[in-house]
Amino acid sequence: MRGRTLLGVAVAVVIGGYLTTRFVSHGYFYFASYVILQYIMLATAWNILGGYTGYVNFGSAAFFAVGAYTSIVLIKAFKAYFIFLALAGGLASALLGLGIGYLTLRLRGVFFSIATLALAVVLQTAVINWGYVGGARGIYILRARSVPFFSSYTEFLFFMMVVFAVLSVAAAWWIENSWVGRGLAAIRDNEEAAECMGVPTLKLKLFATTVSGFFMGLAGAPFPYYVTYVEPSSAFNLDYAVNSLAMPMIGGTTSWAGPVVGAILLGAAQQIATVTISSAWNLLIVGVVLVAFVILAPEGLVGLALRLARKRGA
Amino acid sequence: MARALLEVRGVVKRFGGFRALNGVSFGVREGERFGLIGPNGSGKTTLINCVSGALRNDAGTILFRGRDLGPLPAYRRTRLGIARSFQIPRPFASMTVAANLCIPLEYAAHARSRGADVAAEAREILRLIGLEAKADVRTGGLTQIEMRKLELARAMAAKPSLLISDEAMAGLSSGEVDEILDLLRRLNGQGITVIMIEHIMRAVMSFSERIVVLDAGEKIAEGTPGEIAGNKDVERAYLGE
Repeated sequence: MRGRTLLGVAVAVVIGGYLTTRFVSHGYFYFASYVILQYIMLATAWNILGGYTGYVNFGSAAFFAVGAYTSIVLIKAFKAYFIFLALAGGLASALLGLGIGYLTLRLRGVFFSIATLALAVVLQTAVINWGYVGGARGIYILRARSVPFFSSYTEFLFFMMVVFAVLSVAAAWWIENSWVGRGLAAIRDNEEAAECMGVPTLKLKLFATTVSGFFMGLAGAPFPYYVTYVEPSSAFNLDYAVNSLAMPMIGGTTSWAGPVVGAILLGAAQQIATVTISSAWNLLIVGVVLVAFVILAPEGLVGLALRLARKRGA
Repeated sequence: MARALLEVRGVVKRFGGFRALNGVSFGVREGERFGLIGPNGSGKTTLINCVSGALRNDAGTILFRGRDLGPLPAYRRTRLGIARSFQIPRPFASMTVAANLCIPLEYAAHARSRGADVAAEAREILRLIGLEAKADVRTGGLTQIEMRKLELARAMAAKPSLLISDEAMAGLSSGEVDEILDLLRRLNGQGITVIMIEHIMRAVMSFSERIVVLDAGEKIAEGTPGEIAGNKDVERAYLGE
């Protein structure tokens, strides 16, 4: 029953997203919403590996950029349709996740994290030296002049991000409430004991890195159309790595709602800071809030709310 | 003689230049209560790690129901029917006690039949082991003996035919030791073969039908508790010359 209610909410959000494009025409609204939706996806994807499985990924930017650059290649080579770009971006990043998972999951704890960080540096260097996708100079991407059913390409992108964000949250919800999620939680709590209790730890970890990679790539694939000018330092920006880790930590890592809440709050706070103070304040805000949460509410906002609710109930 | 459930043949395990196990061989019969003893550092836990799959032996073979365990990862061995408890309890700390049991129930006991009522089965095992009052408590709120019981309960939940109890009684009071012993006897009564690794001689001598003694990675004695108690080599290993 709970599943059906949530499915209803998901459908309502998608319909609401479309209706929004009919009634709202304010350009900045779409700009800000796009960024927040993108962070909902990144935070949710990060949490599947980081929160559920306990493997901290510092290289989210690399997965995001692989999605973005896959779509640049497909736009340049085939002028491919948007939906193919998005899927290909997701799949390329999923493959990267699988490969990295296979190579590094024998590394535990902080060593895995260091390897993901190194991955981002290596890939960024490779892209800087790859002329076809613009190299260090960057590349301009032209949007289609018109899209059916939408009055502008920005509105179309906004709607697609609503759909993708709903899909990624739905995937996280399913994982969390299925036998897969219970196995991942066992791995997070004690990997050796999990294996001895019949949990196929290697397979489940590879599943987590692949799914996490897929949604990060899917978040990155529309990026070239969104900014229309992509350079390595924007696609591999440190913001993505930091935010996709900080948002779940602030919202709460044990449930699908945590990353969503974290992304909305922190994403909105950053937008407000950018407009009212300066864009340089963004990461400072994240840093301060993250430190505060790690010390004061390590289980995040969702965990804090549940704890208060339990106290009231008892 | 009943056929061997577990057969350990010439198992060698090296850590760098150190030979933790140096060609150990023995067999455990179906339904047997089997004791594995030896001084600290004699290789007992290393041997158990090789059997359960946490470590790979460098030489020798380990057979379970005649099947070579060599190529199988640990989780497959558990599904075949080998379950163990850990010397230092390793609970799933973010879960309740009942949820801890659902993991082996779901992944080992019912690995091929999803949809079984694992929650009810978990309660049943907790009732059997005397932990039902703590079913909805997180593992952080357990006492030492409850933690040991949880380790055994979780191993039981895998529905094993061979249960390896790795020092489940270390640090417990005499009354608590009796409680665990009674529990292991009941499990054995249900047809589960039990390998007990223990330093508490009273427990292992009264429980085991047969005992193997390890010292410095080699088997130095094998026999009934009576034979082991009178063995000069065993006395020397424990007490020195």
